[in-house]
Amino acid sequence: MASQTAATVRRVGVRATVRTVVLVYLTLLLVFPLALVLFKTFENGVAPVIDSLTTASTQHAIQITVVVAFWAVVANTIFGVTAALLLVRHTFHGKRTLNALIDLPLAVSPVVVGLSLVLVYGRLTGVGRALAGIGINVIFSIPGMVMATIFVSIPLVVRAVAPVLEEIGDDQEQAAATLGAGPVQTFRRITLPSIRGALAYGVVLALARSLGEYGAVAVVSGRLVGRTQTLTLLVQERYQNFDQQTAYASAFLLVLTAVIALLVSRLLRPKELKS
Amino acid sequence: MSIIVRDVNKSFGDFAALTDVSVEIPSGSLTALLGPSGGAKSTLLRVIAGLEKADSGLVEIEGRDATKLPAQDRGVGFVFQHYAAFKHLSVARNIAFGLEIRKRPKAEIKKKVDELLELVHLEQFAHRYPAQLSGGQRQRMALARALAVEPQVLLLDEPFGALDAQVRKELRAWLRRLHDQVHVTTVFVTHDQEEAMEVADSIVVMADGKVEQIGSPDQLYEAPANDFVMSFLGPVTKLGGELVRPHDLELSIEPRPDTVTAKVTRVTRLGFEVRVDLEIEGEELWAQVTRGSSEQLGLVEGQTLFVRRSAPVRAAAAVS
Repeated sequence: MASQTAATVRRVGVRATVRTVVLVYLTLLLVFPLALVLFKTFENGVAPVIDSLTTASTQHAIQITVVVAFWAVVANTIFGVTAALLLVRHTFHGKRTLNALIDLPLAVSPVVVGLSLVLVYGRLTGVGRALAGIGINVIFSIPGMVMATIFVSIPLVVRAVAPVLEEIGDDQEQAAATLGAGPVQTFRRITLPSIRGALAYGVVLALARSLGEYGAVAVVSGRLVGRTQTLTLLVQERYQNFDQQTAYASAFLLVLTAVIALLVSRLLRPKELKS
Repeated sequence: MSIIVRDVNKSFGDFAALTDVSVEIPSGSLTALLGPSGGAKSTLLRVIAGLEKADSGLVEIEGRDATKLPAQDRGVGFVFQHYAAFKHLSVARNIAFGLEIRKRPKAEIKKKVDELLELVHLEQFAHRYPAQLSGGQRQRMALARALAVEPQVLLLDEPFGALDAQVRKELRAWLRRLHDQVHVTTVFVTHDQEEAMEVADSIVVMADGKVEQIGSPDQLYEAPANDFVMSFLGPVTKLGGELVRPHDLELSIEPRPDTVTAKVTRVTRLGFEVRVDLEIEGEELWAQVTRGSSEQLGLVEGQTLFVRRSAPVRAAAAVS
Protein backbone atom coordinates (compact mmCIF):
# COMPACT_ATOMS: atom_id res chain seq x y z
CA MET A 1 0.00 0.00 0.00
CA ALA A 2 2.75 2.40 1.05
CA SER A 3 4.78 1.90 -2.12
CA GLN A 4 1.63 2.31 -4.18
CA THR A 5 0.93 5.64 -2.51
CA ALA A 6 4.53 6.69 -3.10
CA ALA A 7 4.22 5.80 -6.77
CA THR A 8 1.01 7.80 -7.02
CA VAL A 9 2.68 10.79 -5.39
CA ARG A 10 5.61 10.45 -7.78
CA ARG A 11 3.28 10.25 -10.76
CA VAL A 12 1.39 13.32 -9.64
CA GLY A 13 4.71 15.09 -9.16
CA VAL A 14 5.89 14.24 -12.68
CA ARG A 15 2.60 15.36 -14.12
CA ALA A 16 2.79 18.69 -12.31
CA THR A 17 6.35 19.28 -13.55
CA VAL A 18 5.46 18.51 -17.16
CA ARG A 19 2.47 20.77 -16.94
CA THR A 20 4.55 23.62 -15.55
CA VAL A 21 7.19 23.25 -18.27
CA VAL A 22 4.55 23.34 -21.01
CA LEU A 23 2.83 26.33 -19.45
CA VAL A 24 6.07 28.29 -19.08
CA TYR A 25 7.03 27.43 -22.65
CA LEU A 26 3.69 28.59 -24.03
CA THR A 27 3.72 31.68 -21.83
CA LEU A 28 7.15 32.81 -22.96
CA LEU A 29 6.50 32.10 -26.65
CA LEU A 30 2.84 32.83 -27.08
CA VAL A 31 0.86 34.25 -24.24
CA PHE A 32 3.31 36.92 -23.09
CA PRO A 33 4.10 38.37 -26.55
CA LEU A 34 0.44 38.37 -27.55
CA ALA A 35 -0.58 39.91 -24.24
CA LEU A 36 2.02 42.60 -24.83
CA VAL A 37 0.57 43.32 -28.30
CA LEU A 38 -2.82 43.61 -26.68
CA PHE A 39 -1.44 45.87 -23.97
CA LYS A 40 0.46 48.07 -26.44
CA THR A 41 -2.59 48.31 -28.68
CA PHE A 42 -4.80 49.68 -25.95
CA GLU A 43 -2.07 51.53 -24.00
CA ASN A 44 -3.64 54.87 -24.85
CA GLY A 45 -7.25 53.75 -24.84
CA VAL A 46 -9.63 52.70 -27.55
CA ALA A 47 -9.83 55.96 -29.53
CA PRO A 48 -6.32 55.82 -31.09
CA VAL A 49 -6.94 52.19 -32.06
CA ILE A 50 -10.11 53.13 -33.90
CA ASP A 51 -8.33 56.12 -35.46
CA SER A 52 -5.44 54.05 -36.78
CA LEU A 53 -7.72 51.31 -38.06
CA THR A 54 -9.86 53.84 -39.98
CA THR A 55 -7.09 55.66 -41.83
CA ALA A 56 -7.23 55.36 -45.59
CA SER A 57 -4.12 53.18 -45.83
CA THR A 58 -5.27 50.74 -43.13
CA GLN A 59 -8.72 50.53 -44.67
CA HIS A 60 -7.13 49.86 -48.02
CA ALA A 61 -4.87 47.17 -46.55
CA ILE A 62 -7.88 45.48 -44.92
CA GLN A 63 -9.69 45.57 -48.22
CA ILE A 64 -6.74 44.07 -50.14
CA THR A 65 -6.33 41.38 -47.46
CA VAL A 66 -9.98 40.40 -47.67
CA VAL A 67 -10.00 40.35 -51.48
CA VAL A 68 -6.83 38.24 -51.71
CA ALA A 69 -7.94 35.84 -48.95
CA PHE A 70 -11.41 35.51 -50.45
CA TRP A 71 -10.21 34.46 -53.90
CA ALA A 72 -7.53 32.21 -52.44
CA VAL A 73 -10.11 30.44 -50.27
CA VAL A 74 -12.57 30.09 -53.14
CA ALA A 75 -9.87 28.61 -55.36
CA ASN A 76 -8.63 26.26 -52.66
CA THR A 77 -12.11 25.10 -51.72
CA ILE A 78 -12.82 24.04 -55.30
CA PHE A 79 -9.35 22.62 -55.81
CA GLY A 80 -9.27 21.01 -52.37
CA VAL A 81 -12.53 19.10 -52.78
CA THR A 82 -11.60 18.04 -56.32
CA ALA A 83 -8.13 16.91 -55.26
CA ALA A 84 -9.52 15.04 -52.24
CA LEU A 85 -12.08 13.24 -54.44
CA LEU A 86 -9.36 12.40 -56.93
CA LEU A 87 -7.01 11.06 -54.26
CA VAL A 88 -9.60 9.03 -52.38
CA ARG A 89 -11.98 7.84 -55.10
CA HIS A 90 -9.70 7.23 -58.08
CA THR A 91 -6.56 5.37 -58.97
CA PHE A 92 -4.32 6.88 -61.62
CA HIS A 93 -0.70 7.23 -62.59
CA GLY A 94 1.07 9.85 -60.53
CA LYS A 95 -1.32 9.65 -57.60
CA ARG A 96 1.51 9.38 -55.09
CA THR A 97 3.26 12.32 -56.70
CA LEU A 98 0.11 14.41 -56.46
CA ASN A 99 -0.29 13.37 -52.85
CA ALA A 100 3.25 14.47 -52.05
CA LEU A 101 2.92 17.71 -54.05
CA ILE A 102 -0.10 18.76 -52.01
CA ASP A 103 1.98 18.75 -48.85
CA LEU A 104 4.87 20.61 -50.49
CA PRO A 105 3.66 24.09 -49.42
CA LEU A 106 4.03 22.98 -45.79
CA ALA A 107 7.70 22.32 -46.35
CA VAL A 108 8.72 25.10 -48.73
CA SER A 109 9.41 28.55 -47.30
CA PRO A 110 6.78 31.05 -48.47
CA VAL A 111 9.56 33.42 -49.56
CA VAL A 112 10.77 30.77 -52.00
CA VAL A 113 7.20 30.42 -53.26
CA GLY A 114 7.03 34.15 -53.88
CA LEU A 115 10.39 34.17 -55.58
CA SER A 116 9.49 31.31 -57.90
CA LEU A 117 6.25 33.05 -58.90
CA VAL A 118 8.29 36.18 -59.75
CA LEU A 119 10.66 34.01 -61.80
CA VAL A 120 7.78 32.57 -63.83
CA TYR A 121 5.39 35.51 -64.11
CA GLY A 122 7.72 38.53 -63.67
CA ARG A 123 7.67 41.30 -66.26
CA LEU A 124 11.03 40.26 -67.66
CA THR A 125 9.92 36.70 -68.43
CA GLY A 126 8.14 35.42 -71.52
CA VAL A 127 5.03 34.36 -69.63
CA GLY A 128 4.85 37.65 -67.75
CA ARG A 129 5.24 39.70 -70.94
CA ALA A 130 2.63 37.65 -72.77
CA LEU A 131 0.14 38.11 -69.93
CA ALA A 132 0.94 41.83 -69.68
CA GLY A 133 0.26 42.04 -73.42
CA ILE A 134 -3.35 41.03 -72.81
CA GLY A 135 -3.63 43.34 -69.85
CA ILE A 136 -2.96 40.96 -66.97
CA ASN A 137 -0.24 41.89 -64.54
CA VAL A 138 0.52 39.04 -62.18
CA ILE A 139 3.49 40.25 -60.23
CA PHE A 140 3.13 43.41 -58.10
CA SER A 141 -0.63 43.10 -58.33
CA ILE A 142 -3.59 41.17 -56.97
CA PRO A 143 -3.44 38.06 -59.23
CA GLY A 144 0.11 37.24 -58.11
CA MET A 145 -0.80 37.79 -54.45
CA VAL A 146 -3.81 35.50 -54.81
CA MET A 147 -1.62 32.86 -56.45
CA ALA A 148 0.98 33.08 -53.68
CA THR A 149 -1.75 32.78 -51.03
CA ILE A 150 -3.36 29.84 -52.82
CA PHE A 151 -0.02 28.09 -52.90
CA VAL A 152 0.66 28.36 -49.17
CA SER A 153 -2.84 27.25 -48.17
CA ILE A 154 -3.30 24.40 -50.67
CA PRO A 155 -3.04 21.45 -48.23
CA LEU A 156 -5.56 22.67 -45.67
CA VAL A 157 -8.84 21.87 -47.41
CA VAL A 158 -7.53 18.67 -49.02
CA ARG A 159 -6.21 17.29 -45.74
CA ALA A 160 -9.41 18.14 -43.88
CA VAL A 161 -11.72 16.55 -46.45
CA ALA A 162 -9.78 13.48 -47.63
CA PRO A 163 -9.95 11.43 -44.39
CA VAL A 164 -13.71 11.96 -44.11
CA LEU A 165 -14.22 10.90 -47.73
CA GLU A 166 -12.16 7.82 -46.95
CA GLU A 167 -14.23 7.06 -43.88
CA ILE A 168 -17.68 7.38 -45.48
CA GLY A 169 -16.62 5.15 -48.38
CA ASP A 170 -18.31 5.11 -51.76
CA ASP A 171 -21.27 2.82 -50.97
CA GLN A 172 -23.67 5.73 -50.63
CA GLU A 173 -22.44 7.29 -53.88
CA GLN A 174 -22.91 3.97 -55.70
CA ALA A 175 -26.37 3.59 -54.21
CA ALA A 176 -27.25 7.09 -55.46
CA ALA A 177 -26.01 6.14 -58.95
CA THR A 178 -28.17 3.01 -59.08
CA LEU A 179 -31.13 5.18 -58.05
CA GLY A 180 -30.62 7.33 -61.11
CA ALA A 181 -28.46 10.18 -59.80
CA GLY A 182 -25.78 11.53 -62.13
CA PRO A 183 -22.32 12.49 -60.86
CA VAL A 184 -23.29 16.10 -60.15
CA GLN A 185 -26.51 15.14 -58.34
CA THR A 186 -24.65 12.50 -56.36
CA PHE A 187 -22.03 15.01 -55.32
CA ARG A 188 -24.56 17.66 -54.35
CA ARG A 189 -27.06 15.40 -52.59
CA ILE A 190 -24.85 12.71 -51.06
CA THR A 191 -21.14 13.53 -50.98
CA LEU A 192 -21.32 17.21 -50.07
CA PRO A 193 -23.70 16.79 -47.09
CA SER A 194 -21.45 14.02 -45.76
CA ILE A 195 -18.27 16.13 -45.87
CA ARG A 196 -19.89 19.44 -44.93
CA GLY A 197 -18.34 19.64 -41.47
CA ALA A 198 -14.86 18.71 -42.61
CA LEU A 199 -15.07 21.09 -45.55
CA ALA A 200 -16.11 24.02 -43.34
CA TYR A 201 -13.25 23.18 -41.00
CA GLY A 202 -10.75 23.17 -43.87
CA VAL A 203 -12.14 26.42 -45.27
CA VAL A 204 -11.81 28.20 -41.94
CA LEU A 205 -8.23 26.99 -41.55
CA ALA A 206 -7.43 28.07 -45.11
CA LEU A 207 -9.02 31.46 -44.45
CA ALA A 208 -6.94 31.97 -41.29
CA ARG A 209 -3.79 30.96 -43.13
CA SER A 210 -4.61 33.25 -46.07
CA LEU A 211 -5.29 36.29 -43.90
CA GLY A 212 -2.02 35.87 -42.07
CA GLU A 213 0.32 35.10 -44.98
CA TYR A 214 3.36 37.36 -45.12
CA GLY A 215 6.48 35.99 -46.85
CA ALA A 216 5.14 34.88 -50.22
CA VAL A 217 2.88 37.90 -50.53
CA ALA A 218 5.72 40.24 -49.53
CA VAL A 219 7.81 39.05 -52.48
CA VAL A 220 5.15 39.03 -55.21
CA SER A 221 3.31 42.19 -54.14
CA GLY A 222 6.30 44.52 -54.26
CA ARG A 223 4.82 45.98 -51.03
CA LEU A 224 3.40 48.98 -52.86
CA VAL A 225 1.84 51.11 -50.13
CA GLY A 226 -1.77 51.98 -50.92
CA ARG A 227 -1.82 49.49 -53.81
CA THR A 228 -0.68 45.98 -52.92
CA GLN A 229 -0.25 46.29 -49.18
CA THR A 230 -2.04 43.68 -47.09
CA LEU A 231 -2.53 43.88 -43.33
CA THR A 232 0.53 41.81 -42.51
CA LEU A 233 2.66 43.96 -44.82
CA LEU A 234 1.14 47.05 -43.26
CA VAL A 235 2.09 45.90 -39.76
CA GLN A 236 5.71 45.49 -40.78
CA GLU A 237 5.88 48.76 -42.75
CA ARG A 238 4.21 50.85 -40.04
CA TYR A 239 6.43 49.33 -37.38
CA GLN A 240 9.57 50.22 -39.33
CA ASN A 241 8.30 53.74 -39.89
CA PHE A 242 7.73 54.23 -36.14
CA ASP A 243 3.93 54.34 -36.44
CA GLN A 244 3.68 51.79 -33.67
CA GLN A 245 0.06 52.54 -32.83
CA THR A 246 -1.10 51.45 -36.31
CA ALA A 247 1.26 48.48 -36.29
CA TYR A 248 -0.10 47.24 -32.98
CA ALA A 249 -3.73 47.92 -33.85
CA SER A 250 -3.42 46.04 -37.15
CA ALA A 251 -1.57 43.19 -35.44
CA PHE A 252 -4.34 43.05 -32.88
CA LEU A 253 -6.89 42.86 -35.68
CA LEU A 254 -5.00 39.92 -37.20
CA VAL A 255 -4.79 38.12 -33.87
CA LEU A 256 -8.47 38.71 -33.24
CA THR A 257 -9.47 37.21 -36.61
CA ALA A 258 -7.15 34.27 -36.00
CA VAL A 259 -8.70 33.59 -32.58
CA ILE A 260 -12.22 33.81 -34.01
CA ALA A 261 -11.22 31.48 -36.86
CA LEU A 262 -9.77 29.02 -34.35
CA LEU A 263 -12.90 29.07 -32.23
CA VAL A 264 -15.10 28.56 -35.28
CA SER A 265 -12.88 25.74 -36.55
CA ARG A 266 -13.09 24.00 -33.18
CA LEU A 267 -16.86 24.12 -33.38
CA LEU A 268 -16.83 22.80 -36.95
CA ARG A 269 -14.12 20.23 -36.48
CA PRO A 270 -15.56 16.90 -37.60
CA LYS A 271 -15.78 14.18 -34.98
CA GLU A 272 -13.49 11.92 -36.99
CA LEU A 273 -10.58 14.33 -36.51
CA LYS A 274 -11.19 15.00 -32.84
CA SER A 275 -8.73 13.32 -30.54
CA MET B 1 -35.24 -13.11 -70.68
CA SER B 2 -34.88 -10.24 -68.28
CA ILE B 3 -31.12 -10.24 -67.93
CA ILE B 4 -28.70 -11.68 -70.46
CA VAL B 5 -24.99 -11.79 -69.69
CA ARG B 6 -22.84 -13.08 -72.52
CA ASP B 7 -19.13 -13.97 -72.48
CA VAL B 8 -18.28 -11.42 -69.83
CA ASN B 9 -14.65 -11.13 -68.75
CA LYS B 10 -13.35 -8.93 -66.00
CA SER B 11 -9.95 -8.77 -64.36
CA PHE B 12 -8.52 -6.66 -61.59
CA GLY B 13 -4.86 -6.29 -62.49
CA ASP B 14 -3.54 -9.82 -62.92
CA PHE B 15 -6.49 -11.41 -61.19
CA ALA B 16 -9.16 -12.77 -63.53
CA ALA B 17 -12.38 -12.17 -61.59
CA LEU B 18 -14.81 -13.31 -64.29
CA THR B 19 -13.94 -15.67 -67.16
CA ASP B 20 -16.36 -16.05 -70.09
CA VAL B 21 -19.42 -15.79 -67.90
CA SER B 22 -22.77 -16.27 -69.62
CA VAL B 23 -26.03 -16.26 -67.68
CA GLU B 24 -29.65 -15.78 -68.66
CA ILE B 25 -32.19 -14.77 -66.06
CA PRO B 26 -35.87 -15.17 -66.91
CA SER B 27 -38.33 -12.35 -66.23
CA GLY B 28 -40.00 -12.45 -62.87
CA SER B 29 -37.72 -15.10 -61.42
CA LEU B 30 -35.86 -15.06 -58.14
CA THR B 31 -32.32 -16.20 -58.84
CA ALA B 32 -29.43 -16.82 -56.47
CA LEU B 33 -25.79 -16.37 -57.45
CA LEU B 34 -24.22 -18.95 -55.19
CA GLY B 35 -20.59 -19.75 -54.60
CA PRO B 36 -17.77 -19.67 -52.10
CA SER B 37 -16.43 -16.31 -50.91
CA GLY B 38 -14.15 -14.71 -53.46
CA GLY B 39 -15.91 -16.59 -56.25
CA ALA B 40 -16.71 -13.33 -58.04
CA LYS B 41 -20.49 -13.49 -57.58
CA SER B 42 -20.56 -9.90 -56.38
CA THR B 43 -18.42 -8.80 -59.31
CA LEU B 44 -20.95 -10.31 -61.73
CA LEU B 45 -23.80 -8.57 -59.93
CA ARG B 46 -21.94 -5.25 -60.04
CA VAL B 47 -21.24 -5.71 -63.75
CA ILE B 48 -24.97 -6.21 -64.32
CA ALA B 49 -25.70 -3.07 -62.29
CA GLY B 50 -23.07 -1.02 -64.09
CA LEU B 51 -21.09 -0.38 -60.91
CA GLU B 52 -18.21 -2.31 -62.48
CA LYS B 53 -17.26 -2.21 -66.14
CA ALA B 54 -16.69 -5.53 -67.90
CA ASP B 55 -13.47 -5.83 -69.92
CA SER B 56 -15.38 -7.62 -72.65
CA GLY B 57 -18.76 -9.23 -73.23
CA LEU B 58 -22.33 -8.07 -73.26
CA VAL B 59 -25.01 -7.21 -70.71
CA GLU B 60 -28.63 -6.93 -71.79
CA ILE B 61 -31.43 -5.82 -69.48
CA GLU B 62 -35.03 -6.26 -70.61
CA GLY B 63 -34.00 -6.49 -74.23
CA ARG B 64 -31.83 -3.39 -74.15
CA ASP B 65 -28.05 -3.50 -74.61
CA ALA B 66 -26.82 -2.08 -71.31
CA THR B 67 -23.13 -2.88 -71.75
CA LYS B 68 -22.09 0.75 -72.11
CA LEU B 69 -24.82 2.38 -70.03
CA PRO B 70 -23.78 4.06 -66.77
CA ALA B 71 -25.38 2.68 -63.59
CA GLN B 72 -27.89 5.53 -63.32
CA ASP B 73 -29.48 4.69 -66.70
CA ARG B 74 -29.83 0.93 -66.27
CA GLY B 75 -33.10 0.87 -64.38
CA VAL B 76 -31.80 -1.53 -61.75
CA GLY B 77 -32.41 -1.48 -58.04
CA PHE B 78 -29.35 -2.41 -55.99
CA VAL B 79 -29.18 -3.45 -52.36
CA PHE B 80 -25.76 -3.45 -50.72
CA GLN B 81 -24.49 -5.82 -48.06
CA HIS B 82 -23.76 -2.94 -45.70
CA TYR B 83 -27.01 -1.11 -46.54
CA ALA B 84 -25.36 2.04 -47.99
CA ALA B 85 -28.02 4.07 -46.18
CA PHE B 86 -27.89 7.82 -46.79
CA LYS B 87 -26.93 8.75 -43.25
CA HIS B 88 -27.95 12.40 -43.45
CA LEU B 89 -31.47 11.64 -44.70
CA SER B 90 -34.47 10.28 -42.81
CA VAL B 91 -35.92 6.88 -43.67
CA ALA B 92 -38.67 8.53 -45.74
CA ARG B 93 -36.18 10.73 -47.60
CA ASN B 94 -33.95 7.72 -48.23
CA ILE B 95 -36.84 5.91 -49.87
CA ALA B 96 -37.90 9.05 -51.76
CA PHE B 97 -34.39 9.65 -53.15
CA GLY B 98 -34.80 8.01 -56.54
CA LEU B 99 -38.20 9.65 -57.06
CA GLU B 100 -36.82 13.07 -56.11
CA ILE B 101 -34.02 12.60 -58.64
CA ARG B 102 -36.70 11.83 -61.22
CA LYS B 103 -38.50 15.04 -60.23
CA ARG B 104 -41.83 13.35 -59.57
CA PRO B 105 -44.61 15.48 -58.07
CA LYS B 106 -44.52 15.78 -54.28
CA ALA B 107 -47.91 14.13 -53.74
CA GLU B 108 -46.95 11.13 -55.83
CA ILE B 109 -43.66 10.74 -53.95
CA LYS B 110 -45.44 10.87 -50.60
CA LYS B 111 -47.99 8.26 -51.68
CA LYS B 112 -45.32 5.92 -53.00
CA VAL B 113 -43.12 6.33 -49.91
CA ASP B 114 -46.07 5.57 -47.63
CA GLU B 115 -46.87 2.44 -49.64
CA LEU B 116 -43.30 1.23 -49.44
CA LEU B 117 -42.97 2.01 -45.74
CA GLU B 118 -45.95 -0.23 -45.21
CA LEU B 119 -44.56 -2.94 -47.48
CA VAL B 120 -41.32 -3.13 -45.49
CA HIS B 121 -43.07 -2.61 -42.13
CA LEU B 122 -41.29 0.63 -41.27
CA GLU B 123 -44.33 2.95 -41.07
CA GLN B 124 -43.50 4.22 -37.59
CA PHE B 125 -39.85 4.82 -38.47
CA ALA B 126 -40.43 7.25 -41.38
CA HIS B 127 -38.81 10.19 -39.62
CA ARG B 128 -35.95 8.34 -37.96
CA TYR B 129 -32.41 8.41 -39.28
CA PRO B 130 -30.56 5.27 -40.39
CA ALA B 131 -28.30 5.41 -37.33
CA GLN B 132 -31.41 4.89 -35.16
CA LEU B 133 -32.38 1.66 -36.93
CA SER B 134 -31.27 -1.93 -36.41
CA GLY B 135 -29.41 -3.78 -39.16
CA GLY B 136 -32.51 -5.62 -40.31
CA GLN B 137 -34.54 -2.40 -40.41
CA ARG B 138 -31.83 -0.63 -42.36
CA GLN B 139 -31.76 -3.40 -44.92
CA ARG B 140 -35.53 -3.27 -45.30
CA MET B 141 -35.25 0.50 -45.80
CA ALA B 142 -32.57 -0.07 -48.46
CA LEU B 143 -34.87 -2.56 -50.18
CA ALA B 144 -37.77 -0.08 -50.15
CA ARG B 145 -35.43 2.60 -51.52
CA ALA B 146 -34.41 0.33 -54.39
CA LEU B 147 -38.03 -0.65 -55.11
CA ALA B 148 -39.28 2.96 -55.08
CA VAL B 149 -38.14 3.66 -58.63
CA GLU B 150 -39.86 0.47 -59.86
CA PRO B 151 -36.68 -1.05 -61.26
CA GLN B 152 -36.79 -3.59 -64.08
CA VAL B 153 -34.50 -5.82 -62.07
CA LEU B 154 -33.62 -5.93 -58.40
CA LEU B 155 -30.06 -6.89 -57.49
CA LEU B 156 -29.08 -7.77 -53.92
CA ASP B 157 -25.45 -8.20 -52.94
CA GLU B 158 -25.26 -10.55 -49.92
CA PRO B 159 -28.27 -8.70 -48.53
CA PHE B 160 -28.39 -10.62 -45.26
CA GLY B 161 -24.67 -11.15 -44.87
CA ALA B 162 -24.20 -8.56 -42.15
CA LEU B 163 -27.16 -9.66 -40.05
CA ASP B 164 -27.32 -12.16 -37.22
CA ALA B 165 -28.71 -15.64 -37.80
CA GLN B 166 -32.22 -15.05 -36.44
CA VAL B 167 -32.90 -11.82 -38.37
CA ARG B 168 -31.33 -13.44 -41.40
CA LYS B 169 -33.81 -16.29 -41.37
CA GLU B 170 -36.75 -13.93 -40.95
CA LEU B 171 -35.67 -11.62 -43.75
CA ARG B 172 -35.03 -14.56 -46.04
CA ALA B 173 -38.61 -15.79 -45.72
CA TRP B 174 -39.83 -12.22 -45.98
CA LEU B 175 -37.85 -11.64 -49.22
CA ARG B 176 -39.47 -14.74 -50.71
CA ARG B 177 -42.96 -13.48 -49.79
CA LEU B 178 -42.11 -9.99 -51.03
CA HIS B 179 -41.02 -11.40 -54.37
CA ASP B 180 -44.26 -13.33 -54.72
CA GLN B 181 -46.03 -10.02 -54.09
CA VAL B 182 -43.97 -7.69 -56.29
CA HIS B 183 -42.78 -10.06 -59.05
CA VAL B 184 -39.78 -8.01 -60.04
CA THR B 185 -36.93 -10.02 -61.56
CA THR B 186 -34.59 -10.47 -58.63
CA VAL B 187 -31.00 -11.67 -58.40
CA PHE B 188 -29.27 -12.05 -55.08
CA VAL B 189 -25.74 -13.05 -54.17
CA THR B 190 -25.09 -15.48 -51.35
CA HIS B 191 -22.44 -17.91 -50.20
CA ASP B 192 -24.96 -19.79 -48.09
CA GLN B 193 -26.35 -22.80 -49.99
CA GLU B 194 -29.21 -23.20 -47.54
CA GLU B 195 -30.27 -19.60 -48.17
CA ALA B 196 -30.10 -20.13 -51.94
CA MET B 197 -32.06 -23.40 -51.82
CA GLU B 198 -34.70 -21.95 -49.54
CA VAL B 199 -35.35 -18.67 -51.34
CA ALA B 200 -34.47 -19.00 -55.02
CA ASP B 201 -36.36 -20.42 -58.03
CA SER B 202 -33.10 -20.95 -59.82
CA ILE B 203 -29.48 -20.98 -58.75
CA VAL B 204 -26.33 -20.01 -60.61
CA VAL B 205 -23.38 -21.76 -59.00
CA MET B 206 -20.11 -19.89 -59.46
CA ALA B 207 -16.55 -20.64 -58.47
CA ASP B 208 -13.25 -19.02 -59.42
CA GLY B 209 -14.94 -16.56 -61.74
CA LYS B 210 -16.72 -19.21 -63.80
CA VAL B 211 -20.29 -20.47 -63.93
CA GLU B 212 -20.32 -24.08 -62.77
CA GLN B 213 -24.00 -24.85 -63.26
CA ILE B 214 -27.39 -23.18 -63.61
CA GLY B 215 -30.63 -24.85 -62.57
CA SER B 216 -33.43 -25.15 -60.08
CA PRO B 217 -32.49 -26.09 -56.51
CA ASP B 218 -33.75 -29.65 -57.15
CA GLN B 219 -31.82 -30.06 -60.38
CA LEU B 220 -28.61 -28.87 -58.78
CA TYR B 221 -29.04 -31.12 -55.78
CA GLU B 222 -30.10 -34.22 -57.67
CA ALA B 223 -27.98 -33.77 -60.78
CA PRO B 224 -24.90 -31.74 -60.01
CA ALA B 225 -22.78 -31.06 -63.10
CA ASN B 226 -19.54 -31.77 -61.29
CA ASP B 227 -17.97 -32.63 -57.96
CA PHE B 228 -17.66 -28.99 -56.97
CA VAL B 229 -21.38 -28.29 -57.34
CA MET B 230 -22.22 -31.55 -55.63
CA SER B 231 -20.07 -30.90 -52.58
CA PHE B 232 -21.08 -27.25 -52.38
CA LEU B 233 -24.81 -27.95 -52.32
CA GLY B 234 -24.99 -30.62 -49.68
CA PRO B 235 -23.16 -33.26 -47.66
CA VAL B 236 -21.01 -35.70 -49.63
CA THR B 237 -18.87 -38.74 -48.95
CA LYS B 238 -16.71 -40.92 -51.16
CA LEU B 239 -17.48 -44.47 -52.32
CA GLY B 240 -14.91 -46.15 -54.58
CA GLY B 241 -13.38 -42.75 -55.42
CA GLU B 242 -16.74 -41.23 -56.44
CA LEU B 243 -18.73 -38.56 -54.61
CA VAL B 244 -22.03 -39.76 -53.20
CA ARG B 245 -24.65 -38.17 -51.00
CA PRO B 246 -24.56 -39.97 -47.63
CA HIS B 247 -28.31 -40.60 -47.84
CA ASP B 248 -27.86 -42.26 -51.26
CA LEU B 249 -25.90 -45.13 -49.72
CA GLU B 250 -27.78 -48.40 -49.32
CA LEU B 251 -26.72 -50.62 -46.44
CA SER B 252 -27.57 -54.32 -46.15
CA ILE B 253 -26.68 -57.30 -43.97
CA GLU B 254 -26.50 -59.71 -46.93
CA PRO B 255 -24.34 -59.03 -50.00
CA ARG B 256 -26.28 -57.80 -53.06
CA PRO B 257 -25.19 -57.00 -56.63
CA ASP B 258 -22.45 -54.29 -56.73
CA THR B 259 -22.09 -54.09 -52.94
CA VAL B 260 -18.77 -53.81 -51.20
CA THR B 261 -17.91 -54.98 -47.71
CA ALA B 262 -17.65 -52.27 -45.06
CA LYS B 263 -16.97 -52.16 -41.34
CA VAL B 264 -19.05 -49.96 -39.06
CA THR B 265 -16.70 -47.72 -37.02
CA ARG B 266 -19.25 -45.54 -35.30
CA VAL B 267 -23.01 -45.07 -35.02
CA THR B 268 -24.35 -41.62 -34.07
CA ARG B 269 -28.04 -41.03 -33.46
CA LEU B 270 -29.14 -37.50 -34.39
CA GLY B 271 -32.82 -37.59 -33.66
CA PHE B 272 -34.61 -39.00 -36.68
CA GLU B 273 -31.39 -39.49 -38.61
CA VAL B 274 -28.56 -41.87 -37.85
CA ARG B 275 -25.04 -41.19 -39.02
CA VAL B 276 -23.05 -44.34 -39.71
CA ASP B 277 -19.28 -44.05 -40.08
CA LEU B 278 -17.86 -46.82 -42.20
CA GLU B 279 -14.50 -48.11 -43.35
CA ILE B 280 -13.83 -49.86 -46.64
CA GLU B 281 -10.28 -51.19 -46.98
CA GLY B 282 -8.85 -48.34 -44.92
CA GLU B 283 -11.01 -45.65 -46.60
CA GLU B 284 -13.45 -43.78 -44.46
CA LEU B 285 -16.96 -42.80 -45.54
CA TRP B 286 -20.27 -42.16 -43.88
CA ALA B 287 -23.87 -42.92 -44.57
CA GLN B 288 -27.07 -41.26 -43.43
CA VAL B 289 -29.96 -43.63 -42.65
CA THR B 290 -33.31 -43.30 -40.95
CA ARG B 291 -33.84 -44.50 -37.44
CA GLY B 292 -36.09 -47.28 -38.75
CA SER B 293 -33.54 -48.80 -41.10
CA SER B 294 -30.86 -48.43 -38.46
CA GLU B 295 -32.93 -50.64 -36.15
CA GLN B 296 -33.67 -53.11 -38.94
CA LEU B 297 -29.96 -53.47 -39.61
CA GLY B 298 -29.29 -53.64 -35.88
CA LEU B 299 -26.35 -51.26 -36.30
CA VAL B 300 -23.49 -51.64 -33.81
CA GLU B 301 -19.85 -50.69 -33.88
CA GLY B 302 -17.53 -53.28 -35.43
CA GLN B 303 -20.33 -54.87 -37.46
CA THR B 304 -19.71 -55.87 -41.07
CA LEU B 305 -22.13 -54.52 -43.71
CA PHE B 306 -22.55 -54.36 -47.46
CA VAL B 307 -22.75 -50.97 -49.14
CA ARG B 308 -23.82 -49.77 -52.57
CA ARG B 309 -25.19 -46.62 -54.17
CA SER B 310 -28.93 -46.46 -54.31
CA ALA B 311 -30.67 -45.21 -57.47
CA PRO B 312 -27.59 -44.01 -59.34
CA VAL B 313 -29.70 -43.83 -62.52
CA ARG B 314 -31.73 -40.82 -61.43
CA ALA B 315 -28.78 -38.42 -61.36
CA ALA B 316 -27.44 -39.52 -64.73
CA ALA B 317 -30.83 -39.14 -66.37
CA ALA B 318 -31.42 -35.64 -65.11
CA VAL B 319 -28.07 -34.35 -66.37
CA SER B 320 -28.80 -35.03 -70.05
